Amino acid sequence: MRLRDSALLHYPRNARVKRRVTLWTRIHLDPWLCAFLLLLLGGGLVVLYSASGQRLSVVEAQAMRLGVALTAMVVVAQFSPKTLCRWSPVAYGAGLLMLIAVELMGDIGMGAQRWLVIPGVIRFQPSELMKVAMPMMIAAYLHRRALPPSLPDLLVCAVIIAVPVLLIARQPDLGTSLLVAASGVFVVLLAGISWRIVAVLGALAGSALPLLWMNMHDYQRQRVLTFLNPESDPLGSGWNIIQSTTAIGSGGIFGKGWTMGTQSQLEFLPERHTDFIVAVLGEELGLIGMLAFLTLYLLIVGRGLVMANQAHDTFGRLVGGSLILTFFIYVFVNIGMVSGILPIVGVPLPLVSYGGTSSVTLLTGFGILMAIHGHRRLLPR
Amino acid sequence: MRKRRDALKNPEQELRVFRNRSLLAAALVVLMSGALVARLVYLQVVQHEVYTTRSEDNRVRVEPLPPTRGLIYDRTGRLVAENRPTYNLTIVPERVDDLDATLELLVDILDLPPEKAEIFHERAYQRQRPYQPALLMSELDERQIARLAVNRYRLPGVEVEAQLLRYYPDPKIMSHVLGYVGRINAEELRALDGGEYAGTHFIGKTGVEKQYESVLHGKAGLRQVEANARGRVVKEIGRTDPVPGKDIVLTIDERLQQLAYDLLDGRRGAIVAIQPKTGDILAMASSPGFDSNLFVTGISRKDYRALRNDLDLPLYNRAARGQYPPASTVKPYMALAGLANEVISPDKTIFDPGYYKLPGFDRRYHNWLRWGHGRVDMRRAIEVSNDTYFYRLAHELGIDRLSAFMHRFGFGEDTSYDVYGASKGLMPSREWKRERKGQVWFPGETLSVGIGQGYWLATPLQMATALSVLANRGKWVTPHLAKRIGDEPVKPPPAKPDIELDDKWWDLVRDAMGRVMSGSEGTARRVGAGLEYRMAGKSGTAQVFTLDNDERYNADELENRLHDHALFTAFAPIDDPQIAVAVVVENAGGGSSHAAPLARAITDAWLLPDDNALDKAAAEIRERGTHATP
Repeated sequence: MRLRDSALLHYPRNARVKRRVTLWTRIHLDPWLCAFLLLLLGGGLVVLYSASGQRLSVVEAQAMRLGVALTAMVVVAQFSPKTLCRWSPVAYGAGLLMLIAVELMGDIGMGAQRWLVIPGVIRFQPSELMKVAMPMMIAAYLHRRALPPSLPDLLVCAVIIAVPVLLIARQPDLGTSLLVAASGVFVVLLAGISWRIVAVLGALAGSALPLLWMNMHDYQRQRVLTFLNPESDPLGSGWNIIQSTTAIGSGGIFGKGWTMGTQSQLEFLPERHTDFIVAVLGEELGLIGMLAFLTLYLLIVGRGLVMANQAHDTFGRLVGGSLILTFFIYVFVNIGMVSGILPIVGVPLPLVSYGGTSSVTLLTGFGILMAIHGHRRLLPR
Repeated sequence: MRKRRDALKNPEQELRVFRNRSLLAAALVVLMSGALVARLVYLQVVQHEVYTTRSEDNRVRVEPLPPTRGLIYDRTGRLVAENRPTYNLTIVPERVDDLDATLELLVDILDLPPEKAEIFHERAYQRQRPYQPALLMSELDERQIARLAVNRYRLPGVEVEAQLLRYYPDPKIMSHVLGYVGRINAEELRALDGGEYAGTHFIGKTGVEKQYESVLHGKAGLRQVEANARGRVVKEIGRTDPVPGKDIVLTIDERLQQLAYDLLDGRRGAIVAIQPKTGDILAMASSPGFDSNLFVTGISRKDYRALRNDLDLPLYNRAARGQYPPASTVKPYMALAGLANEVISPDKTIFDPGYYKLPGFDRRYHNWLRWGHGRVDMRRAIEVSNDTYFYRLAHELGIDRLSAFMHRFGFGEDTSYDVYGASKGLMPSREWKRERKGQVWFPGETLSVGIGQGYWLATPLQMATALSVLANRGKWVTPHLAKRIGDEPVKPPPAKPDIELDDKWWDLVRDAMGRVMSGSEGTARRVGAGLEYRMAGKSGTAQVFTLDNDERYNADELENRLHDHALFTAFAPIDDPQIAVAVVVENAGGGSSHAAPLARAITDAWLLPDDNALDKAAAEIRERGTHATP
C-alpha cells in the first residue's frame, strides 16, 4: 500500500501550515479539544452528583471510569494514522467475531443480549467497539479508492455496515445499532457519494419502514407509539416522557437550583442518572445550564470538524468527520428523546450519563481524532 | 459514472468535496441544535408556568384506577367466583418520614404480632414505581378501620383503601377448576405490563383464574389528581374509567360438580364428565379439595404447611394432572387399534387358558381370572375384560402401531383447550424408552401396555376425552372449560384430526361396552341393573405396584396406599351420547365395584329428569348460603 497510496503523495498543498513544536504537538493532543472535553466531564460530574441523589460514591466511581477513558484517549492519540488505518480491518473483524459470539452465547442483561463475558475477567459490549471500528473500516476501505466512491465500492460499504448493524439490532439494541449505522453512513456521505444515489436510497429506506416496524420487538413498538402519543400510556412507558418534560419545563430559565429539583430528587424521574440525566440538568440548572452544556457540545463538534478538515489524508478526514458527527447524533438523540421530540431509544448523554463503557468508546474516538490531527507534520516525510 | 479502472485519486477534488460536505454537516448541526434549543425554550419559557404548576405547588399525580375483575359463572348461571368489597391498608413509603417507626406504630394500633412489622417492611417496596401505594394488609375489620381513623394524623402516607376482593362461594368443590388469585409476587411484578397492573394487587395463580387472566383482568383506567405536599388528593383533573374484565361462563355445571365431589366422599380421586358433542367439560372434580379463599389474601404459613404436608395432596389437581395407568379401560381402543390395523377379525375366537405366553418364552402373563375365560371373541373379550385376548392382540400389533394409534385418541398429549396445567400423561413408545431410559423395548412390555399397564399413564381428563371421541364415532372435539367469554361463545377448533373407521367397527365396540353394563357376563352388570337408558362402560383396575410372577394379590395384606386404583369410563345413552365420564378412585380396589357406581350416579343424574340428585346438589349449594344473590 506504500507507493500506491496516492493520498499520501498528493496531500493538498494548502494544508501544509507552519507549526511551532510545542508540548501539545509532541504528545499529539489538541489543547482546545482537551479543554472543552475536560470542562464537559467536570460539569457532567457535578450534575451526576445531584442526579444520583447526592451519592458521592457514584461520582467517585464515574470519575475513576473517566480516568481510565482519558488514559485510553491519550494512548490512542500516540498511534500514527497509518497504523490506525492498517489495524482498522483487524478491529472491525474482531468486533464482528465478538458480535457473533454474543449472538451465540451472550449474557442476557436487562432483557437484551449485549454482553460478552469472560468470567472473572471482563464484561464487554462488542457493539461499543463497533462504534469506533465501523467508521475506521469504511474509511480504510475508501481510502485507497478513487472518490467519490463508485457503485461497486458503495455496495461493499453497504455490506460492511449492514452485517454488524443487523447483529446489534438483533440483540436487541436499536439505539446502538442506529448509532453504528450512522457512523458508517457518515463516512460514505463525507466521501462524496452523489446526492442522486442518496435520494434513491432515501426513498428505498422510506419504503422499508413498514418492514422495520414488523420486525420490531413489542417494547420497541410500544416506545414508538408512546412517543407519538405519550398520553396514551401515562402509567407505563409514557410515564418517562411526561415526567422528564415536566422536569425540564418546570426548571424555567434559571432552574430550581442544584440538588433542589423536586422532580429529580423525589424520584419522579426514572433512570435519572443514566439516560435521563438531561432532565435533572434542565430542572435544576434551567435553560441557562442547558445552553451552557449545549454550547460545550457544539464547541467540541466544531473543533472536531475543523480538525478533520485539517487532516492530510482521506482516511483521517473521513474517520475524524464521521466520529465527530456521530458524537453529535448522540447528543441530539438523547436530548431530543428526553425533551420529548424523539422516541425513547436507549442512548445516554455522551460523557455525562453514568456508565463506563460509552465514555471509554467516546474518548477513544477523540483519541483517534487527535492522533490524526497530531501526526500531520510527520506525514509528508 | 466514470470508468473505475481509469479512475485516479484526485486529492484536490477529494478535499474540496470533503470541505463542502463538512460545511453542509456543520450547517445541519447548527440547525438541529436550533431545534433542540427551540424545544427547550418552548418547555422552559413558554410552557414554564404549566409545568411549574404540575411539578411544584401542586404535584399532579396520575393515579391508576384498577379494573373490576370479571366474574365467573357455571353453565346454569350460578356465580362461582365473585368480588366482595374489603378494606386494604396501603402505604406510600416516600411520604413517610420514618418508615420503621410508622410500621411499628401500625402493628401496635392494629394489635398484630410484632413480627408483622418485618413483613410490612418487605411489602412496602413491592410495587412498580415510586409514589405508588403498596399493599400492606387486606381485609381490615371494622375495629381496625376505626382505630386507624382515630390515629390518622400520626400516619402520613398510610391509607385505608376500599377494594373488591375475589371470593369463591364454593371453594372446595371448585378449587381445582377455578384455581385462585393471589397477591402479585416480585417475580410476576417484573414480567407484568406496568400500566395495566398499576393499581391491581392480585393476579390469577392457577386454574381458570390464571388461564384467562388477560380476559378477566380488564383494562386499567386512571385519574389525574392534584395533591398537596403531604400527598393528600386535593382535586381530580381528568379521568379515564377502567374497563372491567369480561365475565366468563364455564362449561361446568356446578350441581354436577357438587355431586361428583360428594360421590368421591373425601377419598382421593377424580371425576371428569364431558359432553361428547361439544367438548364441554361438565364436571371436573378432584378430591380432596381445598379452601381457595385462603390463598386470596395471602395464606398463613401454618395453613400452607398443613396443605402441603397433607398426605392426600389436596392442592393437587388429580383430574387434569393426576397420572394413572388407564388399565382395562383402554381395551375398547385396543380393539379398534386391532381392527384399524387389520391384525384381527372381530369374530375370530381364541382360547384363553388363563394366561398368555409370548412365542418362544416360558413366562406366563396371567388373565385376571386365573382359570381363564375359555373361548373368547372381541365382543366377549371386552365384556368380560379378558386380558389374554388383549395380550395377544398387543403382541400382534406391536408397540409402534399401538402407540401411534393411541395418540390419535389423545393419549400422551394434552388436547385440552384451556385447562391450566393439564398433563400430557405418557404413551410409551420404542423411541421414548430409548431416550428416557436408554434401553431397547422388550416384547413383554408391549403386553403390559396392551392392558393399559406398564409405562402407560393417563389423566382422568384424557380418559374422558378419548371416550368422548369414541362416543362420537371418531369425531374430535376439544375439551374446554370456558363456554362464553363476555358475549362471545367459545368454540375451540378440533384438537386432532377425526378418526375414520368403518361404522360397523364403532358399533361393535360400543355394543361390547354396552354389554359390560348389561350383558350376562358384563363386569359391571350389577351396577348396570335397572338402567333406564342404554349405557356403555368399561371398568379398569390399575395396579399400584407390580407383583412377581405367579404371586397372588391379596388386598387384606396390603397397606391401603398400595391397593389398586378403581377406574371406570362410561358414556350414555349409547345411541345419542350426552355425557362421557371417567372416574378414578385411588386405592379403592376393583373398578367395576368401586368406580362404576359413581359413573352410574353421574349419568343417572344427568339423563333422568326424575332423578333428583342434581336438585339435591343444588340444595346443598344453596344451603351453604355463601352466595351473593346473582
